Amino acid sequence: MAVNEKHIKEPLFHITKRTDIPKLTAWGIRLIAVLAALIVSALVIVTITSYNPIEVYIKMFEGSFGSERKFFILLQNTAMLLCVSLAVTPAFKMKFWNLGAEGQVLVGGLSSAACMFYAKDSLPSWLLIIIMLVTSILSGVIWGVLPAVFKAIWRTNESLFTLMMNYVAMQLVSFFIMVWVPNGSSVMGVLNQRSECGWLPTIFGQKYALNIIIVAVLTVVMFVYLHFSKQGYEISVVGESENTARYVGINVKKVIIRTMVISGAICGLTGFLLVSGTNHTVSKELAGGMGFTAIMVSWLAKFEPSMMIFTSMFIVFLQKGAGEIATAFRLNESVSDILTGIIIFFIIGSEFFINYKINMRSKHKEAE
Amino acid sequence: MAVAAIELKNITKRFGTKVVANKNVCLTAYKGEILSLLGENGSGKTTLMNMISGIYYPDEGQIFINGEEVVIRSPKDAFKYKIGMIHQHFKLIDVFSAAENIVLGLEEEGKYDIKTVTARVKAITEQYGFDLDPNKKIYEMSVSEKQTVEIIKVLYRGADILILDEPTAVLTPQETQKLFAVLRRMREDGKAIIIITHKLHEVLSLSDKVAVLRKGEYVGTVNTAETNESELTEMMVGKKIDLNINRSEPKDSVDRLEIKNLNCVSEEGIKTLDNVSFTVRSGEILGIAGIAGSGQRELLESIAGLQPIESGEIIYHNPKTGKTDELRGKSPIQIRELGVRLSFVPEDRLGMGLVGNMDIIDNMMLRSYRKGKSMFLERKKPKDLAERIIKDLEVVTPSAQTPVRKLSGGNVQKVLVGREIAAAPTVLMAAYPVRGLDINSSYAIYNLLNEQKENGVAVVFVGEDLDVLIELCDRILVISSGKVSGIVEGRGADKGEIGLMMTKVDGGAESGC
Repeated sequence: MAVNEKHIKEPLFHITKRTDIPKLTAWGIRLIAVLAALIVSALVIVTITSYNPIEVYIKMFEGSFGSERKFFILLQNTAMLLCVSLAVTPAFKMKFWNLGAEGQVLVGGLSSAACMFYAKDSLPSWLLIIIMLVTSILSGVIWGVLPAVFKAIWRTNESLFTLMMNYVAMQLVSFFIMVWVPNGSSVMGVLNQRSECGWLPTIFGQKYALNIIIVAVLTVVMFVYLHFSKQGYEISVVGESENTARYVGINVKKVIIRTMVISGAICGLTGFLLVSGTNHTVSKELAGGMGFTAIMVSWLAKFEPSMMIFTSMFIVFLQKGAGEIATAFRLNESVSDILTGIIIFFIIGSEFFINYKINMRSKHKEAE
Repeated sequence: MAVAAIELKNITKRFGTKVVANKNVCLTAYKGEILSLLGENGSGKTTLMNMISGIYYPDEGQIFINGEEVVIRSPKDAFKYKIGMIHQHFKLIDVFSAAENIVLGLEEEGKYDIKTVTARVKAITEQYGFDLDPNKKIYEMSVSEKQTVEIIKVLYRGADILILDEPTAVLTPQETQKLFAVLRRMREDGKAIIIITHKLHEVLSLSDKVAVLRKGEYVGTVNTAETNESELTEMMVGKKIDLNINRSEPKDSVDRLEIKNLNCVSEEGIKTLDNVSFTVRSGEILGIAGIAGSGQRELLESIAGLQPIESGEIIYHNPKTGKTDELRGKSPIQIRELGVRLSFVPEDRLGMGLVGNMDIIDNMMLRSYRKGKSMFLERKKPKDLAERIIKDLEVVTPSAQTPVRKLSGGNVQKVLVGREIAAAPTVLMAAYPVRGLDINSSYAIYNLLNEQKENGVAVVFVGEDLDVLIELCDRILVISSGKVSGIVEGRGADKGEIGLMMTKVDGGAESGC
């Protein structure tokens, strides 16, 4: 504190919290984030591959929109990812961190596959489909409700519990493939290839159309459930504050268990759709990480089913695009992963600038 | 007087684009002087002090210490300029002793020697007349002792400018007097003291000067000797207001709720309620006074069916059927199904009474959404109710669709009280319903409670301001460490007597919080 210390330095910047931000500004910030991500990605592309980034981006776009078939695959993958996202959303709204969607989908798919494997074509296809549907949903429910019961009664940590259940599901799938497939191959072929028994029918001449329609209906149902039903209201109250829920007499344990029944059921349904409507076989990679990607889809959409249509499509678009450039330019798969990573990093990072404001040092400081 | 110890010039602080917490505030504090910073909640007192102590950084304006312009970027800078702030919420480590907490975080040269520290702490306590054992652990301390540790902490660091943020909010009248004596001694020692408060009588008895803030703006500074309560209120609120509470005589008062030998034990096995017995009567307001954390919350929650009860009885006299019901061991829903119209305004408004992220309409439904067999929600009636409450209670909100967390404290409370009263209760329990509310809102709430009382409702009011309790309540139950230490008539009650009752009972081992 020298007396002649006249030079007073204001900090370069300081951060303040925004209380409210106009929707337009928020979307503006997100748009800038995407543009910045594309620029950074372009720099990465040029430095490590020396391809023209514009061409790369065009290829990326073609990954999803290059042909009618690619477009339908985009829709199909979006539908599956959206379905898992719809499953985890009610749990997340309740602040129940269900990280076990992957395993719940897997056991659902495994159940469907088991039905197909043992029934072969002994049953009419429609009856087999119904049996598959019911067993898949049931097994998804069991996988989802187990951690919920433990959480509700003994307050165990649901994140760990659901996460561990994933590994159990994976090992089960490996086990059954070993039992079912002779001579030690670890890959299971297409089930009921000839009879197509237990396969979801093709409608409108499109193989995946039924999948997409089912998920579209489910999206609407989930939207209505969360916004307009008494149960959806209870989920919101429990998620916001368990104390408030107790105060108004909501049975918190019941809500936790009931919501996880729904969450597990939809995961089981996804497993069924993947086996009966898409792959007609089962493998450890059936869910392909969707159980985790769905968490991101749900968060990015702020747990809003209508917004999840866009976030899930966006993520699938990035994945498809990355795959496309990997093959078209003979790049290592990792390069496309890097690009996807950069884009998602920028989008999530933009939330910081939506919630906080950075105040730079003012240039004209009043002279004393 | 020579140079000011601290001078603020045109300080402005904004949060977001709309909220201006401080606008062009000027403030001067001199050595050997106690300055009161007066203002209603939300007038920007704490924000201003946080800028002096380095927690926030001002958007505009200058700060001078001893006539030199300074920039305070962090609490460390503040410490360098000998500024010490005692916050409302203590920042102490429970398992450490007072002396250990006092030196915590100090980067002193040489070896750590708790003996010299203890000696220095002792010297400070003797110099200013504190009452503190440096070796006592924090978890064994009362709230007032913890506060003493916080004050010595800043003195130990050599603070010359002390800022106290509502130090008396958690103290009994006797403890407050003790604190004031210490502060006066510090003033004589040449310290500059800034005390934030909104209790007018404290301002008048303690300070030399009063600076008033209103809605973030600086209203002015007056000499305490030349002012009075009504002038200060006018400066704070911006208009003259009537500070009287109308208390009518209870009419046709009958027993409504009987609590007999109630015992409660917390999850940690600590006894929170110890053999509590009393009666709540219709058409009267029963006040509950006590130091924070003496069992008030547990008492109300056990009546509302939210707290497991060890033993005892809660008997409700139903005015409709004339029968009595036992409420013990029943859930909130079962109580409601018995036809008991019990309304409860909990202490934690946004954590229990309301859902902050939901709008006013959805919050109205909390109590009533179950009605009807449909699995879908019915939002028409809650919407009407929300609009009625907004109109009748003058809730300031952009619309009924605004999330309640965006409303100010007073408006949040109006929404909550409004909803609880709308259920036409026979028993209305309110825990600290005016905490954090400005004067106008506080009196609006008192009026609502009085209205309910006149309608024959049995009102239970847990309060912290003894002056208000004495003015508003018909009877006051004083609670200390989970025990009832007595029930006094509100009319003609003596504040000192209640204060003593708040700390008595078996040496008064306090449950810390």
